[in-house]
Amino acid sequence: MIPISLIQSTAETLMDKAAIEIPQDYLDGLKHAAATEEGDLSSFVLKAMLDNYEAAKEDRRAMCGDTGVPRWFVKMGNEARVEGGMVALEAALRRATANATNGVPLRPNRVHPLWRTDHDNNVGIGAPEIEYGFEPEGEWIDLITVHKGGLFGTDYRMLFPSDGMEGIKRFYLDTLMAFGKRGLACQPAIIGIGLGGSKDICMCLGKRASILRTVGSRNSDPRVAEMEDEFKELGNSIGMGAMGFVGKNMVIDCNIEVGYCHTGGMPMSVHAFCLSSRRAVARIHADGRVEHRTDPDWFTDYQRRETVEWEPQKEAAE
Amino acid sequence: MSPREVRLSTTPTDDAIADLRLGDVVYLDGLMYTAREGVYMRALEDKANIPMELPSQSAANFHCSPAARINPDGSFDMSAVTATASFRFAKWLPEWMAKTGAKLIVGKGGMSSKDYKEYFVPNGAVYLSTVGYGTGALLGRGVENVEAVHWNEELGLAQAMWVIKCNKMGPFIVASDMNGDCLFERENAKIAENVARVYEGTKPAVLKRYGESDDRTDEVI
Repeated sequence: MIPISLIQSTAETLMDKAAIEIPQDYLDGLKHAAATEEGDLSSFVLKAMLDNYEAAKEDRRAMCGDTGVPRWFVKMGNEARVEGGMVALEAALRRATANATNGVPLRPNRVHPLWRTDHDNNVGIGAPEIEYGFEPEGEWIDLITVHKGGLFGTDYRMLFPSDGMEGIKRFYLDTLMAFGKRGLACQPAIIGIGLGGSKDICMCLGKRASILRTVGSRNSDPRVAEMEDEFKELGNSIGMGAMGFVGKNMVIDCNIEVGYCHTGGMPMSVHAFCLSSRRAVARIHADGRVEHRTDPDWFTDYQRRETVEWEPQKEAAE
Repeated sequence: MSPREVRLSTTPTDDAIADLRLGDVVYLDGLMYTAREGVYMRALEDKANIPMELPSQSAANFHCSPAARINPDGSFDMSAVTATASFRFAKWLPEWMAKTGAKLIVGKGGMSSKDYKEYFVPNGAVYLSTVGYGTGALLGRGVENVEAVHWNEELGLAQAMWVIKCNKMGPFIVASDMNGDCLFERENAKIAENVARVYEGTKPAVLKRYGESDDRTDEVI
């Protein structure tokens, strides 16, 4: 049984780490970009961003003034049990979000869409989002917080099989062009693409591809992995860099996730996880151990399963 | 070639502004206030009295909501500051400039050269863009003091009017000049030369959207 107090205190630490510490995989990607960038203005921007990450860590202050819209992904091993159950867990995550908003401090970004009511704590109707995933074994629980920016860089479109790969590339480029100009997408970004699923899940897949996978990871389907390489290169060949200035670093990495969709369609979404790619993860074990990391490791074989029953031994044998 | 660096007052002289060139890197000294849609609506539409002497105290309007809190003793803690995209505020800016004498509009992404020519240049104003976006921690270091927050009860912390004292706060990039030229449009034009090549071989989606046709009597198939 995992104590609820440990969940809340861990969640508060994660909120702090996500806002302040750039994940190493993104930092390595950006350092590589800075080393290869030739545009004078975009080079200046990338160097300033690298300085900024250092300043944030040194001062323990948020790396960006727009601290995004905090949200939670919770993954549980099948045998995990939480003191007070899932209702208690959700309350703990909401408390941690509110406390950290005041504590770090974060910007209270969340308001009512119509009445613009702001509780000044990033909590409200449906906020923070809490989504769940499960794994076949384990008594642990993974808490993942992501503070993604909330305005620009995302689009959705219902494509059809006849649009083909060339249609997919077109919509990908359209999204990068639309939001890359003037740097609205705060690129270079981790671009996530969702292909398939029902319409809402198509958005989720693309968003999760950008925020729950790391720079350098590749889809387990080798043909999708090839697309990821190709699309990264395509995005970086536009000639647009940081802030929309001339440059060759728009895409730090491109991650693609797929889901089965309606036979007549090929829905597609594109998402950009920005220069402040804020994510932090902790695994809480049943014995009270807490292990921090920055790789959500969300897309396991189980999450991408294709069959009715989950029979890993059988699949491994084949 | 690295960009030229300039220290600039938040109550700048006309000469200092005329001297700025597109792509210069600017560091600010003096008082700067945040104002975005909430402040504009309250001051311009609801006609509330602006709680500062403008532009004598500050001629620098930051399109920003900081990551900040008000402590129980009334003091402030500001962690990071970055800008929000400015194009959404074009509706209010001409009236705001006329009313407040703002000379430096500081934000994200700039405005169009049409905006610059129509009301920035006549008001002797230029646009400074934040860098990145955003260098929130670096800009936070440039905040020497949080002087006041106005209208936080009416507008919430994110939309409130924060008054900050800048000490070599930056970097910012000069994105417009006294010709009304736009740095981002200059860069777009350079990138445009390459667009046709990148799109080669792609094809438009079979199902169109309105916007791709602006004639609502058209079908989208």
